[in-house]
Amino acid sequence: MNEMSSEQLRFLNQRKKHKRIVRVSRIAILLSFLFIWEFTANVGIIDSFIFSSPSKIALCFWNMVLNRTIFLHVGVTLYETIVSFLLVTFFSLLIAVLLWFSDKCSEILDPYLVVLNSLPKSALAPLLIVWLGATKTTIIVAGMSVAIFGSILSLYTSFSTVDPEELQLIYTLHGNRAHALTKVVLPSSVPSIISTMKINIGLCLVGVVIGEFLAAKNGLGYLIIYSSQVFKLDWLLMSICLLCIMAIGLYAVIGLFERKFQR
Amino acid sequence: MDSILELKHISYSYHTPEGETRALSDISFSLNNGEFLAIVGPSGCGKSTLLSIICGLLDPEKGFIKLNGHYHQSADNLIGYMLQHDHLFEWRTIYENVILGLEIQHKFPGLTEKEKCRANELLKAYGLDKFQKARPSELSGGMRQRAALIRTLLMEPKVLLLDEPFSALDYQTRLNVADDIGQILRREKRTAILVTHDLSEAISLADRIIILSKRPASIQETIRIKFDLENDTPMLRRNAPEFKNYFNLIWKELNENE
Repeated sequence: MNEMSSEQLRFLNQRKKHKRIVRVSRIAILLSFLFIWEFTANVGIIDSFIFSSPSKIALCFWNMVLNRTIFLHVGVTLYETIVSFLLVTFFSLLIAVLLWFSDKCSEILDPYLVVLNSLPKSALAPLLIVWLGATKTTIIVAGMSVAIFGSILSLYTSFSTVDPEELQLIYTLHGNRAHALTKVVLPSSVPSIISTMKINIGLCLVGVVIGEFLAAKNGLGYLIIYSSQVFKLDWLLMSICLLCIMAIGLYAVIGLFERKFQR
Repeated sequence: MDSILELKHISYSYHTPEGETRALSDISFSLNNGEFLAIVGPSGCGKSTLLSIICGLLDPEKGFIKLNGHYHQSADNLIGYMLQHDHLFEWRTIYENVILGLEIQHKFPGLTEKEKCRANELLKAYGLDKFQKARPSELSGGMRQRAALIRTLLMEPKVLLLDEPFSALDYQTRLNVADDIGQILRREKRTAILVTHDLSEAISLADRIIILSKRPASIQETIRIKFDLENDTPMLRRNAPEFKNYFNLIWKELNENE
């Protein structure tokens, strides 16, 4: 296999070239966007008071790093997102399993889940504040409320679409429904559990930011609302950038988890 | 001869909102120890339903089943059921797949040394010992079917039910695997019931063939298969002169159905 044909070499080269073009273009788009933004802000084509500029955002970030306030805001949002994500994962798995165990139960509850899932969850946030107070708990619950119903529905769908013959196999080996769950349903649903988790982490972040808009004294959502009210657009845009980075990071963590599971 | 399994007047219907479908009507037969019985019939006549009832997955609406002289209970471990598809799980290695049944039998995970030994013996006997750590997708169709057979045999069933176990394979593999597994079962004098729509498969493997009628299935004819062979293997049976006669006989019976 050490002698490669010239056609194979050409194919490999073309592939390499294609990948390089994709990578370079991606970086080029980001850099030119930042450059045009910075340039137009500096020469006064756009108003840097309203649109800010990359350098001002970076400077603002650096100042907040120096006085350490940024760690508090990022930390709080991250903490709330992770806690609500873990709770969503736990409860939606639990409820989906219970629904799978009882066909009757799932049929009875189906319309309620569908309605709750399609309800715009941001409408619940003010209610949660009244009920639970303006605390971290409220924000975590707000984060959960966005993700949990859809998560239950998609996990349950994945559980109930397992090949019936595979369940039959467990019964022919004289197993019961609990065996079917642990030996077939859960292991074969691992891919959909992980993809549901990927969706959930993003949704929890959305819910947490909504919660922070309304009921927080710190966190990135609070920072966004506060800075928009006092016209500190540097803060606002910096917070949005940080949310982007946070979303990418959380998604990547689950990606790592996925790769570990697939061995 | 002592009969190990006895079916008496078994009837079964499926119920849907659209109505009732009678699947089986008054089926009675018995199975002797070490006998290989094949059940053939038109597709959709209720052959699989019959196996599900024998295995205890379904309860008959009428009639009863006796196993070893006792009334059959669904929790019985005496019956092993091999399905049409092997359903080896990709997230388990071949070894983990074959011990699935044993795992289910134990309240806590962890097999006894004896059971581990037996699993290893069977894997070796069926030429899969080198593939213990392999994933199912790395095995050929025939090897997968052997693994599925080991998974069933490890439960030490007294009666083996085979529900078209070769029909998912391509033709050439299918002949080889059917011969292969047929020989294993015959050598070990296993008591087995094979359900199939492939006449030649039934004739090459069975000691007796039951022909079922169209739905609702009842026993139309029972034919004893006897080959005058010194070394009675499925492959040799296919080449023996009697084969064609049996084939024509059963073919005619099945077509009288139409």
